[in-house]
Amino acid sequence: MSGQAFVDQLKKAFADGVVGANLEALDPWVEVTPEALIDVCRYLKNDAKLRFDMLNCITVVDYLETDPKKAAKAEFEPHLEVVYHLWSVPNKVSLVLKVKLPRWQNDEEGQLPELASVAGVWRTADWHEREVYDLSGVNFVGHPNLRRILCPEDWVGHPLRKDYEMPLEYHGIRGR
Amino acid sequence: MAEFFSTYLPSWLAQLVTGLIQCVILLHVPLVGAMFFVWVERKAAARIQDRLGPTRVGGMFGWLQLLADGLKLLTKEDLRPQEADAMLFRLAPYVGFCASFTVFLALPFSDGWVVQWLDVGVFFILAVLGLEVFGVILAGWASASKWSLFGAMREAAQVVSYEVPLGMCVVVPVMIAGTMDLVAIGRMQEGLFTNWFIFHDPFTFVIFFVYFTCGIASVNRAPFDLAEAESELVAGFHTEYSGFRWLIFYMAEYGSMFIVSGLAAILFFGGWNGPIPLADLLGLTDANGELAGYLGRFLGMLNFVFKSVLGVTVMIWVRWTVPRLRIDQVMTMCLKYCTPIAAVMFLGATLWTYTFPGGVTGLRGTPYGTVRGVSAQRVELSDLTPATEDAEGAAGEGSDNKPAEEHAGDVAAAAADGEAAAASTPSGPLSIATFASSRARSR
Amino acid sequence: MATQTGTAFADDPRIIEYDVRTDEMLINMGPQHPSTHGVLRLVLRTDGEIVSEAVPHIGYLHRCAEKIGENLAPRQFVPYTDRMDYLAGMNMNLGWALAVEKLMNLEIPEKAKHLRVIIAEMNRIASHLVGMGTYGLDLGSFSPFLYAFREREKILDLFEEACGARLTYSYLTVGGATHDLPATWLEKCEAFLDQLLPVITEYHTLLTTNAIFVRRAANIGVMSAATAIDFGCTGPVLRGSGVDQDLRRDGEQWYTEMYDGYAFEVIVEKDGHYPKDHEYPAIPKTAVLGDCWHRFYVRMLEVIQSIDLVRQAIDRYRTATGSHCVPVKLNQKLPKGEAYLETECPKGQMGFFIVSRGEAIPWRVRARSSCFSNLSVTHELCRGCLLADVPAIVGSLDIVMGEIDR
Repeated sequence: MSGQAFVDQLKKAFADGVVGANLEALDPWVEVTPEALIDVCRYLKNDAKLRFDMLNCITVVDYLETDPKKAAKAEFEPHLEVVYHLWSVPNKVSLVLKVKLPRWQNDEEGQLPELASVAGVWRTADWHEREVYDLSGVNFVGHPNLRRILCPEDWVGHPLRKDYEMPLEYHGIRGR
Repeated sequence: MAEFFSTYLPSWLAQLVTGLIQCVILLHVPLVGAMFFVWVERKAAARIQDRLGPTRVGGMFGWLQLLADGLKLLTKEDLRPQEADAMLFRLAPYVGFCASFTVFLALPFSDGWVVQWLDVGVFFILAVLGLEVFGVILAGWASASKWSLFGAMREAAQVVSYEVPLGMCVVVPVMIAGTMDLVAIGRMQEGLFTNWFIFHDPFTFVIFFVYFTCGIASVNRAPFDLAEAESELVAGFHTEYSGFRWLIFYMAEYGSMFIVSGLAAILFFGGWNGPIPLADLLGLTDANGELAGYLGRFLGMLNFVFKSVLGVTVMIWVRWTVPRLRIDQVMTMCLKYCTPIAAVMFLGATLWTYTFPGGVTGLRGTPYGTVRGVSAQRVELSDLTPATEDAEGAAGEGSDNKPAEEHAGDVAAAAADGEAAAASTPSGPLSIATFASSRARSR
Repeated sequence: MATQTGTAFADDPRIIEYDVRTDEMLINMGPQHPSTHGVLRLVLRTDGEIVSEAVPHIGYLHRCAEKIGENLAPRQFVPYTDRMDYLAGMNMNLGWALAVEKLMNLEIPEKAKHLRVIIAEMNRIASHLVGMGTYGLDLGSFSPFLYAFREREKILDLFEEACGARLTYSYLTVGGATHDLPATWLEKCEAFLDQLLPVITEYHTLLTTNAIFVRRAANIGVMSAATAIDFGCTGPVLRGSGVDQDLRRDGEQWYTEMYDGYAFEVIVEKDGHYPKDHEYPAIPKTAVLGDCWHRFYVRMLEVIQSIDLVRQAIDRYRTATGSHCVPVKLNQKLPKGEAYLETECPKGQMGFFIVSRGEAIPWRVRARSSCFSNLSVTHELCRGCLLADVPAIVGSLDIVMGEIDR
């Protein structure tokens, strides 16, 4: 299946869910809305031809220019981009899904943005989403056990956010 | 020895002093033995693993390494977990060590060289060796650590289970010999190595391997070292121990290894009797004087120690070669393989002894269950009192220190016994009673 | 003191549970435990010897590698990749270098490619040797561990000669390698391979076919192919479950072109046989596809496969043209874009994701760890097994905490 045909097929199945695609990029990607994500994932995994049965990686890229001088020239509004790298074991094909999220839910600082959990689709997403929640601060709705995984449970903040500041002290250990 | 002291001291004190001296001498067997075995283990393990092992301490071959290790352990801090049961935690290593040490009391190192000559030596050894598990259980329970508790429970389950096949294996040589007296069992295997019980019949040959397997299991060596399985239970029952207390556990383990191998040597490999009766051929018997007899026994002891050390070395070899079994597999091994095999072999050995009372090879001069003429005389000769030699016609030699009346009484008793033995020599079985009576005098 | 604590917290439901539920026990396995391969912590809920639940807790070795990557140029980040899977540093270097090259669209000379194959496959051998040895250790057999380390030492000696380091190499870097191989290195390498091949048979005798080993590993921790894929397991763990996937053959062009023209078969069971099965011990009757034994066996066969690949690579390297690298400036600007590339590392598929906004320093760096996914299946495999099987299962996944925690 060619790239364009695949995108057309997806668009047909999820009319408003698919908001963009770039087939020229190094890793061709498809962008979907947060609401459509879980359905698109189910579809990609269960479709008899596509069979994207392995989730390789979930990454969150924080688009925020912290330097005020550069911020004016930045080509983007501050947002989070959740990137899903999928792989089909039978077809040996990879696919990139992207979802754009606000940095904070309802623009209230400290309120983590919400996104449907795909742990019910690929069980490996359980740990990957925990890692994303821990380091990048995305609240996965419907996750069975959304706790910090790499940082201690009482850690404050999400270190891979661009505006994260290392705490001065943690249980008597100097941080900076 | 008690008699010697009783000429200078009141008899109760003489007994006490004698006992103390013997215990102190014997204490060195497990202590020095453990040191030696740890060194052997380190060297053997190193060689198996393509390493050198200790090379420097003490000059050649690192033979003093264990002294250095011991010093290190002595200077370590004696730690105890806060939640531990203080008294039991401290007591546990000694319970284990005492059980292991006590067994040495009944283990003959050579013909008649045994601290406490028991009629039921085999029984005593098995019973006391089984007590070692108490130390482990106490240690595991008192440590207040879950890993220790796991180790203790495994040990309890394992040792209790393996007592059954172990006992059954030991019964076979006992049955062939007709006695539980270890010295008597050893004496019956005199002569060529074909007289050893392992070559007595096919069943004893098989049962030796069952015995050795069960022996390894009952002293917790790999592949049955579940109680201290370091990849699962950190260190099992001695997780919380350090320094000297840990050292004591260690020594108890090596002491037990020696005992199990030593028991195997006596029950199956002729004990102190070499593959060929070298001492007899060289004339190192009591018939040629006390010194000659002493030298013969010393040779016998070397024989015994060599066989036991060989057994321990095999255990070391096994440990560094095979992976560890799982607890259910250990139990399966015991209940589904060792016990039935031991039972069948026991039955087979019984039938064999019944069918071929004289053996089938013809190499053996006399039936088992009896003692050949030479042996019967040796029984008399092994008595260290000069009176026995008198009875055999070596009168006058070495009897000079004794008061005349005691000497005379001995002569009479020995002569009577000598006749009894001579009468029974050609064909009749030498009863345990004969052994007992001859032995009673010998001390 | 115990009673005081009891009264003080008598209302605490945890205390009540602890007191009342005497049949179950919660045990901490690790982070200080001899067989958790580093600082893994497993919380086991046990009923006697039976483990009803095993929950892994990770993060004790977290070193913020991804955050560090956002502040360093790609070439500066290479040493940090060494410290991920520290048993296969070369493969980590390679994965990162290839991902950066993919982003920069950088073509490297043929000689450098073959050099990379030699080095990467040698490190795969070293990593699998450690995996094999530590697995023996997990099952209570100490000696094979030292045999494995003896052979690994020789590989490390070769690496030391090539790049000066024995553990954290930083040898394969963006654009090729830091140095060319020294003179006579290839001869030494060939001599080592000649010597290694017969030694493998010893390992098979000591472990693979050992009766106790088979009892401990066969039919333990069985993982179906579907479960393996669902949990994102890769590498020998995935192939041990019978899934035919090896990125050296199936991966992206950026990676597979290194192996163009090489003759090798993916080590996976087909119809009850492995490739080259006839030369090596047969599968025991008790072994089930996807159990610990198969995962172990796949690694053993991959060692032989890698020996073969190194031999082929040495031949090609000798006749190859070009240099060992193309120079890349430290402050060279990265093109704008994103690149994700997975490579077949010894433990599984290691992926690196770089997002660049046209500066010399990447905007975002992400490392997809194979062991992370492989470990996440632990609680699934350990449910209902015996306590002694927990090290056997975790060991068969061959994890390295440095890579999991990054």
